[in-house]
Amino acid sequence: MSEALFAERTATAGSVPNHATASLAEADRLMTVCNSCRYCEGLCAVFPAMEMRRAFPDGDLNYLANLCHNCGACYWDCQFSPPHEFDVNVPKVLAKVRNDSYAHYVWPGALAGVFARNGLFIALAAAFGVAAFIIGFAAWHDAATLFGTHTGPGAFYRLMPHNTMVALFGAVSLYAVVAIALGIRAFWRDIAAPRAAITDWASIWQAVKDAGSLRYLDGGGVGCMNDDEKPSDARRLYHHLTFYGFMLCFAATSTATLYHYLLGLEAPYPWYDLPVVLGTVGGIGLLIGPAGLLAAKWRREPDLIDETRLGMDVAFIAMLFLTSLTGLLLLVLRATPAMGVMLAVHLGVVFALFLTMPYGKFVHGIYRALALVRYAHERRLESHG
Amino acid sequence: MPSDETSYDVLVIGGGNAALCAAISARREGARVLVLEASDAFWRGGNTRHTRNMRCAHDAATESLSGPYTEEEFFEDLMRVTKGRTDQDLARHMIRESKTMLTWIEEQGVRWQPSLGGTLSLGRTNSFFLGGGRAMLNALYRTAETLGVEIRYEAEVTALEIADGMFLSATVNGETLRAKALVAAAGGFESNIEWLKRYWGEAAENFLIRGTRNNKGTILRLLLDAGVQEVGDPTQCHAVAIDARAPKYDGGIITRLDCVVFGIVVNKHAQRFYDEGEDIWPKRYAIWGRLVAAQPDQIAYIIFDASSLKLFMPSLFPPISASTIEGLAEKLGLEPAALRETVDGFNAAVQPGTFDDKVLDDCRTDGLDPPKTHWARRIEEAPFYAYPVRPGITFTYLGTRVNEEAQILMADGRPSANMFAAGEIMAGNVLGEGYAAGIGMTIGGVFGRIAGREAARTARGNRAQGTIAAKEATDV
Ligand SMILES: Cc1cc2nc3c(=O)[nH]c(=O)nc-3n(C[C@H](O)[C@H](O)[C@H](O)COP(=O)(O)OP(=O)(O)OC[C@H]3O[C@@H](n4cnc5c(N)ncnc54)[C@H](O)[C@@H]3O)c2cc1C
Ligand code: SF4
Ligand code: SF4
Repeated sequence: MSEALFAERTATAGSVPNHATASLAEADRLMTVCNSCRYCEGLCAVFPAMEMRRAFPDGDLNYLANLCHNCGACYWDCQFSPPHEFDVNVPKVLAKVRNDSYAHYVWPGALAGVFARNGLFIALAAAFGVAAFIIGFAAWHDAATLFGTHTGPGAFYRLMPHNTMVALFGAVSLYAVVAIALGIRAFWRDIAAPRAAITDWASIWQAVKDAGSLRYLDGGGVGCMNDDEKPSDARRLYHHLTFYGFMLCFAATSTATLYHYLLGLEAPYPWYDLPVVLGTVGGIGLLIGPAGLLAAKWRREPDLIDETRLGMDVAFIAMLFLTSLTGLLLLVLRATPAMGVMLAVHLGVVFALFLTMPYGKFVHGIYRALALVRYAHERRLESHG
Repeated sequence: MPSDETSYDVLVIGGGNAALCAAISARREGARVLVLEASDAFWRGGNTRHTRNMRCAHDAATESLSGPYTEEEFFEDLMRVTKGRTDQDLARHMIRESKTMLTWIEEQGVRWQPSLGGTLSLGRTNSFFLGGGRAMLNALYRTAETLGVEIRYEAEVTALEIADGMFLSATVNGETLRAKALVAAAGGFESNIEWLKRYWGEAAENFLIRGTRNNKGTILRLLLDAGVQEVGDPTQCHAVAIDARAPKYDGGIITRLDCVVFGIVVNKHAQRFYDEGEDIWPKRYAIWGRLVAAQPDQIAYIIFDASSLKLFMPSLFPPISASTIEGLAEKLGLEPAALRETVDGFNAAVQPGTFDDKVLDDCRTDGLDPPKTHWARRIEEAPFYAYPVRPGITFTYLGTRVNEEAQILMADGRPSANMFAAGEIMAGNVLGEGYAAGIGMTIGGVFGRIAGREAARTARGNRAQGTIAAKEATDV
C-alpha cells in the first residue's frame, strides 16, 4: 500500500470539517462511527435521531447531546469503547458537549464562564442570599423579634412583611424565568428546530410523558448502567424522588400563595393542611432523591464522567438537598425561638436556588425536555412519510 | 470456590456465545462449571462481541420478528448458501432446536430489539440483539455468574490431556485443571496468521481479521492432534472486503464497505476483475473478501464519483478524494494513465438505463470484460472517491466433527466419552461453504446449549446412552 494512503489514515473521520470545540469534533467523529454501526439504535432516542442524519454540524450535535440521558448503556454495550483503539465513549463525550452547550445558550452571555466554576458560584450566591435575609430580618425588626417565639397565622410575617417577601422572590423568579427563556430561545435556534415542533401538541404531550417517566434513563429497558455493566434502576428512582419532590414543594408554595390571596389564610399552616402536607412529602423526596443521586455519582464508572463539570452537578444536587433540609427544619422548629433564623436561612437558600437556576444544572431538565419535543416531532414526521 | 482440583463437573474453554450458552445450560443441569476465557474482561467473548443478530426458525411473527420463518425455509436457505455442502441431518437438527433458542436465550437475560428497528432488511428471519453482541454477552455473563458459574479471565488453555478420546485435564498458566467433561468453545483459527498461511501462502499476511485476536485455534489444533475427526475445508471461511485502513484485529462491523455496487473495483494495476453489479449487495458482499484475496498484494480500490457519495452511509474512514481521476490514482499509488484508461473504457461501455439501487436495474455495460451487469453509471462527476479494501476474515470453518449431542467424534467415528464442542470450532459441520447472516450465533447457541447439557449429564453420570434415549432427553 502506498505511503500516501497511510498518511490519510485517520481515526477521526467525522462528517463536517469545522467545529467550535474539540468536544464537538469528537462527538461528530463518534456519531459517524455509530451511524455506520447502529447496534445501539434500540437503546434510547439519541441513536434513532442520529440515523435521521448523515452529517453532524454543531447544532445537531447539541441537540443529540441534550437528548442523551447519560444512562451509560451504550458505553457498556459498545464493542469499541476504550480500551479499543476506536475509543468510542458516547456518554462521556455527549456529556461534555451538553455541558458546554449550557454555557453557550446562557443569558447574559457574560456569565457563560459561571458554568465551569458553578460550585463556587452557587456557594457564594447561597452565602449571599442567607446573609442578606438574616440581615434583612434583623433590620426590619430588632434582634428580639428575630430570636423570639412566634406562633399562629402571620407568625412568619412578623419577621418580614409578606409583601416584602413577595417582592423579593417575585423579582428573583422573574429574573430566572427571563434568563431561562432567553436560553431556550438560543437553544431552539441553535439546533435549528422547526417552528412547527413547538406548537405540535401531540409531540409536546409525548415529550412530557417521556421526560416525566425518564423513559430514556432505562438503558433500553433494564435500567441505567451507572457503576458497571449491571443495570439498576436506582438512578431513575432517585431522580424521580428529586423531580417529583421538587414539584410537590413547588405545589406547596403555589397553594400557599393561593391560600394567602384567595382565601386570606396566612402562613404558617397547621401540619395537616395542604401546603404543609405537600411540602413535607415533597421535602422528604427532595432529601432522599438528591442524596441517592449524589451517592450514584460517587459510584459512577469514572470513564463516564465529564470531570470538568462535576462541580456544577454536585452544587445543584446540594442546593436541592439544602432547600429541602432547611424547609423541613423550619417546619420542625417553627414554634421555637430558632424559627426566625431558620426562616431566614431557608429563604436565603431558596433565593440562591432561584438566582442560580439559569447558571447551573437546573437547565438540563429544560433543554432535555425541549430536545424530546423535537425528537417526538421528528419521529412523527418520519412515520407520516 | 472449589479447592479440590477434581471438583469441577464441566470445564468450558472459550468465553463467547457458544461457551456461555454451554456454561449456563450445564449449570442449570446442576453441574459445577468452570469457564476459561483467554482474554481479559473487556475483550471477553471474542467474535461474539461484534455480532448483532441470530437466525432462528419460528412459526409466527413475534415482537422482534416480522413474520414466520419455517424450518423448511431455513433449511432451503442453508442448502442454497452452502451449495449443499452441509451435514444435512445435523443441520436439520440445529434448525429444529433453533426454534426454542429464541425464548431460551431471552430467558438468559438477552433482549431482542423490536422488529423494524433493524438496519438490515432481515427483520423476518433474524432477531437483533438490543444493544448488539456485547450487550448480549453481558447478559449471558450476568446470568452465568448469578447461577454460580465460575469464570476465569486471562486463562488461555495451552495444553489438553486426552487419553483414548477421554478428556482428563487442561493446562492454564501452568496450572492443571481437571473436570469430568469438556466443552470446547474456543472459536476458529482465523486470528492465527501462520496457520492461515498454510493454505493461503504469503497472501495471508495481508488479511485483516475482523474480530478477536484470540481465536488462534489452539484448542482446535490440540483436539485434532489428539485424534479428533476433522470436518470442513481449511480454506473455507467467511470473508468480506473491508477498509484497508482498518486495524489488524477487531475492526468489527464498521470497517465493512457497502459501496461496491455504486462504482468499479480495480486492483493495484488499476484493472477491474469482477462484475461489481452481479446481484444485490446482501447476496454478494461475502464473495468480495475472496475476490480481493486473489488479487496481487491482496489490495483493491473501490472507485466512484460524486453522484454516488450520498447513496450509502459514510463509514468509519472517509473516502480518499481528488478532483481528477489521475489525482486520485496518485493518492492511491496507482498508475494514473492506467486508471484513466480503465475508467474511460468503463464509461464508454456504460449503456443508457434507469438507475435504481433498490432493484436489479437495467444500467449495464456492453462489450466490457468483466461486465458490470447492473447499476453501471459513468464515473465522471468530480470529485472522485476511492476506498482501499483488503480481505477481512470473519471466521474459519475447519473444525471438529460432532454428532447431534454436540459430542466430539474421534477419527474412527466413535463419539468421545466426555468431550463436546460448540460454535465456530465446529461450524464446518453445518457450513461447508457460504454463509447466511446470523447463522454463526445459531451454531454457537444451539450447540452450546446442547453441549452444556450433555456434558453436565455425562459428568453427573446420568447421561442417557444411545441416540434414541438421548433424543427424548433433549427437551429443556
Ligand atoms: C464483525 C463480525 C460481525 C459478526 N456478526 C455476526 C452476526 O451478526 N450474527 C452472527 O450470527 N454471527 C456474526 N458473526 C460471527 C460470530 O461472531 C461467530 O460465529 C460467533 O460469535 C462464534 O461464537 P463462538 O462462541 O464460537 O466464538 P467466540 O465468540 O469468538 O468465542 C471464542 C472465545 O474463545 C476464547 N479462546 C480462544 N482460544 C482460547 C484458549 N486457548 N483458551 C481459552 N479461551 C480461548 C477467545 O478468547 C474467545 O472469547 C460476526 C463476526 C464478526 C467478526
Ligand atoms: S456506541 Fe458503539 S455499539 Fe453503539 S452504535 Fe456506537 S459504535 Fe455501535
Ligand atoms: S448514554 Fe444512554 S441515553 Fe445517552 S446515548 Fe448512550 S444509551 Fe443513549
